[in-house]
Amino acid sequence: MITKLNHVSIFVLDQESAFDFYVNKLGFTVHTDAAMGPGMRWLTVCPPEQPGLEISLMAINAGMMFNEDTAKQMRALVSGGTFGFGVFECNDLLATYEELKAKGVEFTKEPTKEFYGYEALFKDDSGNWFSLGEKKEQ
Amino acid sequence: MDGSKRVYLYRRVLNAKLFIDVSYHTDINLEKMSGEASFSRFHFMRIFKTTYGKTPHQYLTWVRIERAKLLLKTDMSVSNVCFSVGFESVSTFTTLFKKLVGKTPAYFQQIQAERKRQIAEAPLRFVPGCFAEKSGWKNNSNIQ
Repeated sequence: MITKLNHVSIFVLDQESAFDFYVNKLGFTVHTDAAMGPGMRWLTVCPPEQPGLEISLMAINAGMMFNEDTAKQMRALVSGGTFGFGVFECNDLLATYEELKAKGVEFTKEPTKEFYGYEALFKDDSGNWFSLGEKKEQ
Repeated sequence: MDGSKRVYLYRRVLNAKLFIDVSYHTDINLEKMSGEASFSRFHFMRIFKTTYGKTPHQYLTWVRIERAKLLLKTDMSVSNVCFSVGFESVSTFTTLFKKLVGKTPAYFQQIQAERKRQIAEAPLRFVPGCFAEKSGWKNNSNIQ
C-alpha cells in the first residue's frame, strides 16, 4: 500500500536562481544541498509546513538524463510555460497573493472565485506554473 | 468586507510583516510594527493575527528563530547567533529555541554540523537511488 509522496522533481533552468525563488520568495526551507561533482548539485526544498515532501529542483543540463537536443527542447518547454506542477495551499489566498506579488512573483491569474473555491496561478523563475488555493475546512 | 477593502487592509498589514522580515534583528516593538501598517496597536494586532495566524510578537519570534536555524548551520557561536537575530539574552533565546524547535541551539548546531559532514563525505546517501542513477552519479567513482 502506498502511503506517502516524499520526493517530487521540478525541472528548472538555473538552480541558483530557483534557490532564490523558492527559498527567498516562496519561503520554502532547504532540505538538502549537496555538491555532486563539477557543475552538479542535488538541491531539495520543502514547503514550510510540509518538511516530509522534498521538492527536487533539477537542472536541465545535457548529460545522463538529457542529450543536447532533448535538453534544448526541455528548456524551451519549461520556459514556455508548458508544465504545471501542482497546487500549493495557503491559509489566506488574498494575503498570500499580495505578499508574493510584493516580492516579485509573477501571477498569471489573480485570485478568482471558481466553482471549487478561490484560486490564483503563478509562475516560478523558470516558467513552471502552479495553482495557489486556500486551505479548505474538511 | 468587500474584496477591495480587504486588499487595502492586507497591503497595510503586509508592510508591517515585510518590515519584520528585514528588521527582525533590531529592537522592534509593537509601536514600530503598527506604525509600519498605519494602524492603532489594538487594530494592528487583531488584523495581523487574523491574516497570518500569529500575533506580531509570535511572528517576530518565529522569524528570529528561523534565521537562527540558518546561522546555526554555520560555525557561528550560539551567543553570536542569539545577538545577531535580535535576542538580548542567551537564556531567553535558548528557552524559546527549545520550545519551538525541540532542541537546544547547541544540540541543533551539533546535529547540523554532523549532517553537513555526512553530505560532503557521502552525498549519495541523501539522494534517492533512481535520481542518482538517472543523473549518472551512482556509477561515478568520485561520488560516494
